[in-house]
Formats: sequence, C-alpha cells, structure tokens
Amino acid sequence: MIPRYQTILFIVLLAASAVMGTVLWQLRERAHQRLLAGEDFAPTSAPQVAPTEQATLLVANDADNSLLEETQSLPLPQDPGTRARVVLGKLLDLYASPDAAHPVAGGASSILQVFLLPLPASDRAAAAPAPAKAAAPGTPSAGGQPTGPELAVVNLAGKFAASHPSGLETETLTVESICATLHANLPRVTQVRFLVDGAQRTSLAGHADLTRTYLAVEAAPHP
Amino acid sequence: MAAAQAPPAPAARFVVVLDAAHGGDDPGGRLSGSQTEKAFTLALSVRLRSLLAARGISVVTTRESDATIDSNRRAEIANHAKAQACLSLHATESGSGIHLFASSLAPAQAVRISTWKTAQAGWVTRSLSLAGVLNSALLHAGMTVTLGRTDLPGIDSMTCPALAVEVAPESAPGRPVKSALDDPAYQARVATALAAALLEWRTEARQP
Repeated sequence: MIPRYQTILFIVLLAASAVMGTVLWQLRERAHQRLLAGEDFAPTSAPQVAPTEQATLLVANDADNSLLEETQSLPLPQDPGTRARVVLGKLLDLYASPDAAHPVAGGASSILQVFLLPLPASDRAAAAPAPAKAAAPGTPSAGGQPTGPELAVVNLAGKFAASHPSGLETETLTVESICATLHANLPRVTQVRFLVDGAQRTSLAGHADLTRTYLAVEAAPHP
Repeated sequence: MAAAQAPPAPAARFVVVLDAAHGGDDPGGRLSGSQTEKAFTLALSVRLRSLLAARGISVVTTRESDATIDSNRRAEIANHAKAQACLSLHATESGSGIHLFASSLAPAQAVRISTWKTAQAGWVTRSLSLAGVLNSALLHAGMTVTLGRTDLPGIDSMTCPALAVEVAPESAPGRPVKSALDDPAYQARVATALAAALLEWRTEARQP
C-alpha cells in the first residue's frame, strides 16, 4: 500500500509541474508577441545615405612624432555633431589598422559621442581667433545654428582608454590628432575637452592630461 | 711689481634634478618583459645620477625608492634645488629612441611670483634651448630623437629648464626592434648618452 505522505507529495509535484508548464507557455507567448511587435519597427524604406564628401584627417605618426594631413572621401551627415563623430571614427579606424603608424586599438566605436557647444562670450576672447579658411562643405553656418566658436566635448569609450598604449608621445599624438582633425573639418571648433564613458578622467593612459581644455588651433601642425 | 691676480671666481654649482616618473601606487605604463615604467625610470635615474656625480655634477632626485609622489611635490623638489636642468624620466613601448618634450605653455617673461600651474612659462625658452642641446648630443651619440611639446602638470610647475625625457625601444621603420627597453646594454647606452648631453648643457650654460 502507498503511504499517505507519498500520495500527497505526488499530488503536490504534479500540481507544481502543471503550474510551471503554464508559466512556461505564457512566457513563450509573450516572447513571441514581443518579436511580432518588433517587426513593426523594421525599416520599410531604404535608409538615406549621406553624400560623400572630402574629410581632412590629421593622422599621427609615432616614428617622427608628427601629424600628417590625409584626405578621405566619406559619407558625411549634415548634423555637425554626427559629422564630427564620423570623421573621428574614420581617424580611429586608421589607428586600429594592422599597419598603422600610430597603433591604437578600438576603432570607430571608441567615439561614443561628440557634443558641440557654443562658447560663452567670456571664453570667446580667450579662444583662438575665428578660422580664416572657409567652413567645410555642408557645415551649417546660419539659420538658427551657432556661428561663433564652439567647444567640442568628445566622449571616448572606456575600453579605448584602457587599451591605449601608455606613453607621453603616443597619448599626446592621439589627443592632438583628434583636436586637429576636429578643427580641420569643423573650423568653428576652437576648444576640445574629453570625457571617458561620460565622466572626467585624469589622463588618457597615465600621461596625457584629460582634465584640461585643449585649444584646437595649437594642435594643428604648423607649416 | 706685478699686480696680484685676482683668484678666479668659483663656478656656480651645476645642479641637475632627475625625476623618475610614476612610482608607488602609480605603475605607469607596462613595458616589455613584465617591467613597469616606474621601475624602469627609477633604475635609469639611479644609473644617470651615478654617471653625473662621477663627472662632478650635483644631482637631486625626486625619489630613490618605489614611493608615491604627486606632481606638485616633484615640482617643489625641483624648484627648491634651483637646478640648471630638470629631467622628468619616462618610458614607453611606442615610437622609437628618445622623445624629448618641453612644456606646451607659451613662453612668458620670468617673474618673481608666478602662477603655480604655469610657472614653467617663464622658463620655456630655456627649456627649448636645453631640448636643442640634448637633441644634438643624443644624435651625436647615435640615438634616434624626436622633439615635441606637451602638457605635463609636474613640468608646468617647475622653475628651471625642464624636459620630459621618454625612452622607447630603438627601431627603424619596417624593421624589428633593435634595442628593447629590457636590454641592459641599451639602458646603459641611453644613460651614457644623457649624461654626455647634460655635460654639453653645462658647457653651454657656463658660456657667457
């Protein structure tokens, strides 16, 4: 004869199995509904590709501690912040290539955001003089957009800083090439500050000071 | 009667400050052969101090052990020494040869009381002269040298001709490393070349 406690245990386990089966079925249904709902956001029209334009990159070279000007054809969006991010992404892609003269891992995904902020009037006098050369094609200049000098805040990914080679020369070149490339493509950018994962960091990899504001004009190579 | 000749005025004491960068909690960069930048710079500082002392140059060091010293303290030590040359020693695996960096501050008139963070501005011209002399002497010793400007808190507060000296492995473009940082022969060559360069600077500094 089956003991009473075993009967009760069997019933309890059977009930628990039934409850778990029901919950599992409901979870599966919910996941299916979520997938179906996701399809609603699928693109129904072809994405717009930005027109290809010439971008000037100031590419660092560790061998002689120099920045070399290089022109690249890139699809550049009209929005200045996104444009800056695309240009800097291309610069860091060059550094991530195996034959780079300034090898730094990370590539384009290391630029999380670039924010462009108009400089307050008090800072404008201290900023470098307004650029003499014409604005890069597609750079908005009027119509509600700021036309004065701007501060660019470059938000770098933490993994980029963590994997950056340590050294005075290599870190200084990275910072200067970013500043000079920004100024070459967005001449209104006269000052640059850096964040890492959205927060201030004392140095890039132990040497280059990331707490200060860099003057973009000073970073550009002088003829 | 021949006029008595005045004894020659004693030459001013020539002092060099050697600042072994990093130390203690701050290891600096990781170099080849599991070496840290703080250990390399300390070893170079000790070796260079011996070479300079043997040549009659007074040396003040910012650290003699694996101690944590902030950039303000390093600048204080350098400024109290009233040195004719202040070298902040660094090391890296990037680039090639010796990298000489002067402060990126714009040159300014040296004043009696200056802002702590930009005190080097009054000395930038002398620092650039020191870079020129070291560059020539190091090239003469067969080293690869690159010159640059950078913003380094310790250097920017020093009131002496100051440079950051970064030692990298020696290599030629497209060729494997000729001399690695953990090569004792290369370390000795770097120290000897720097000592010779500082002797050259002493000669220049003593010329009217």
